[in-house]
Amino acid sequence: MGKVKFGLHFQRGQAGRFVPQGNITMSSSYLSGIFGKSPIKPLQEHMEKIVSCVDELIPFTEAVIAHDDEARAKHHLNIVTIENEADALKKELRLRLPSSLFMPIDRRDVLEVLTMQDMVAGSARDVAGLIVGRDMQIPDSMADGYKALVKRCIDACHKAEDAIRELDELIETGFGKLERKRVGKILMKLDVIEQDTDEKQIVLRGKLFKLENELHPVNVMFLYKVIDATGEIADRAQRVGSRLQLMLAR
Amino acid sequence: MEFSLWYLGLAAAFGLFMAWGIGANDVANAMATSVGSKALTIKQAILVAAVFEFAGAFLAGGQVTATIRKGIIDASSVESNPELLIYGMLAALLAAAVWLLVASRKGWPVSTTHSIVGAIVGFSVVGIGVDSVHWSKVGTIAASWVVSPMMSGILAFLIFMSVKKLILDKKNPLKNARKYVPYYIFAVGFILALVTLLKGLSHVGLDLSYGQSVIIAIVCGFITMSIGIYAIRKIKVDPELDADFRFGNVEKIFGILMIFTACGMAFAHGSNDVANAVGPVAAVVSIVKTGVVAQKSSLATWILLLGAIGIVLGLATYGWRVIRTVGKNITELTPSRGFAAELAAASTVVIASGTGIPISTTHTLVGAVLGVGIARGIGALNLRVVRNIMLSWIITLPAGGILAIIFFYLLKGIFYNGPAV
Repeated sequence: MGKVKFGLHFQRGQAGRFVPQGNITMSSSYLSGIFGKSPIKPLQEHMEKIVSCVDELIPFTEAVIAHDDEARAKHHLNIVTIENEADALKKELRLRLPSSLFMPIDRRDVLEVLTMQDMVAGSARDVAGLIVGRDMQIPDSMADGYKALVKRCIDACHKAEDAIRELDELIETGFGKLERKRVGKILMKLDVIEQDTDEKQIVLRGKLFKLENELHPVNVMFLYKVIDATGEIADRAQRVGSRLQLMLAR
Repeated sequence: MEFSLWYLGLAAAFGLFMAWGIGANDVANAMATSVGSKALTIKQAILVAAVFEFAGAFLAGGQVTATIRKGIIDASSVESNPELLIYGMLAALLAAAVWLLVASRKGWPVSTTHSIVGAIVGFSVVGIGVDSVHWSKVGTIAASWVVSPMMSGILAFLIFMSVKKLILDKKNPLKNARKYVPYYIFAVGFILALVTLLKGLSHVGLDLSYGQSVIIAIVCGFITMSIGIYAIRKIKVDPELDADFRFGNVEKIFGILMIFTACGMAFAHGSNDVANAVGPVAAVVSIVKTGVVAQKSSLATWILLLGAIGIVLGLATYGWRVIRTVGKNITELTPSRGFAAELAAASTVVIASGTGIPISTTHTLVGAVLGVGIARGIGALNLRVVRNIMLSWIITLPAGGILAIIFFYLLKGIFYNGPAV
């Protein structure tokens, strides 16, 4: 009896979620209840949000270099706002993943990928926060190199998003070998981009080292920090990829 | 026999009511997957359901009807009082129909098959005696309720794996879909035709040998296949469809396939579930006509026709709305998996129909969906709901039984004036 009662309770919950259109009082909608809400779409939407958040770093950086305080404030606000929106999506998806769901991917993997995605936006926010908080300037000789680093880090995020986008096709093919290879190729490109950002950071640090005597020591310290934090974006994008790879390996 | 006209009238009325209930509620479960995956529009689904439910009930419904009618109860136990069986069968019909109505209103997952079998076993144990039930047969039926979802699950798993290997996991899935989908369409036509021909058609005056049946079934397979090939050729590739999701056009081809499996599903459902309504009617009619509990007499064609008409009536008056509702809520199933689930379920149900075993179409379909899920083909399945559906018989069997016992004593009190039993 207990089990059946449980079932009835669930039906009521279900009816609350799918409100049938028209005035149907009798329906055997329990069959549709067996199809749970797939986490794939929300996960992809979350990643899309993350990438649009990270994208804001380009105009933000340009504003910083151009000393345009108004534009800087605007794009900083955008980053924070989008990050908050992504946070809301994250929480919603977490709530929507009861352990009774049977999925072709491990529930824990989905949550891990979600966390990794979330952290990407977090580091974008950190970079912007650091710069705005201390009203920092990028030295002219470093400006182009830093812009290139930001762009490359964002490239990494876009690659990670490409991989996450393939989840649709992975499900469609029942995690077919060919499709997994395809995702593997995307992730390899992501690795290459991430290595590239590492190299760009080294070059930038070299430039900064040469400038150390001209700049205020505290500024120097924080510029190193900004470079680190920016590189972190690509690192975390790569970690989204490696989590995805783990998901596929199971 | 006294009150014969009453008995016949009540049997026809209750049978029609039950068939109406099946058409109004049960058919939706068979059709909703096709509507949900957008392989069929609501209108097309109703048309398909009407035609193929009718065909399945009329052409292939005989075996299960025979089981419901005379397979569960041992006729020799009521030889001296054939009226008891009449009351019992009428009570079982009413009980199952009422239970179906109540449960559907509440949104509980019930199976008409479980209701009617529970009702028949219930009234015969209490009203006639424990020995009056063919327990071995009931045991077989109960076992089949476990085996049938498992079998269709395994079938669905294999079908989906074959789709994966042959079509989806290939360099050019579209080309492979055009190449291989016709064979699946062949399978639909072949299996349905074969089971029907092997078991069903003597009552419409067709008696075929095994060899003849196979040959005709192959011909049927080829006919459906060529219709399918024609439909697939007419599909235009829409590059925009593949822009975001690379399998959009492939799914369109599976959509054609799903039209055929939807027909198969409706046919299978009709062939198995019509018996739930007309089996008891047939039992009553044969007792009234002969005055004895005849085991040999064959099934009158008009009875199957009554059931078939009842189902279509239920569909036309109410079922279409339920199909729309359920279909709207099933959005996560694309045609490539919907077809695999339907083909597996329809094959399993049709085979059960051919062997005369009443099984639950819904359970079989749920088993098939689970099979596709195990092949990693479905984004998310709600195991809690699956469990609730699968366990629903725990309450449906006794509910049908108890209701049947109440109605049995009611009818006996009204009509019975023979010796006390």
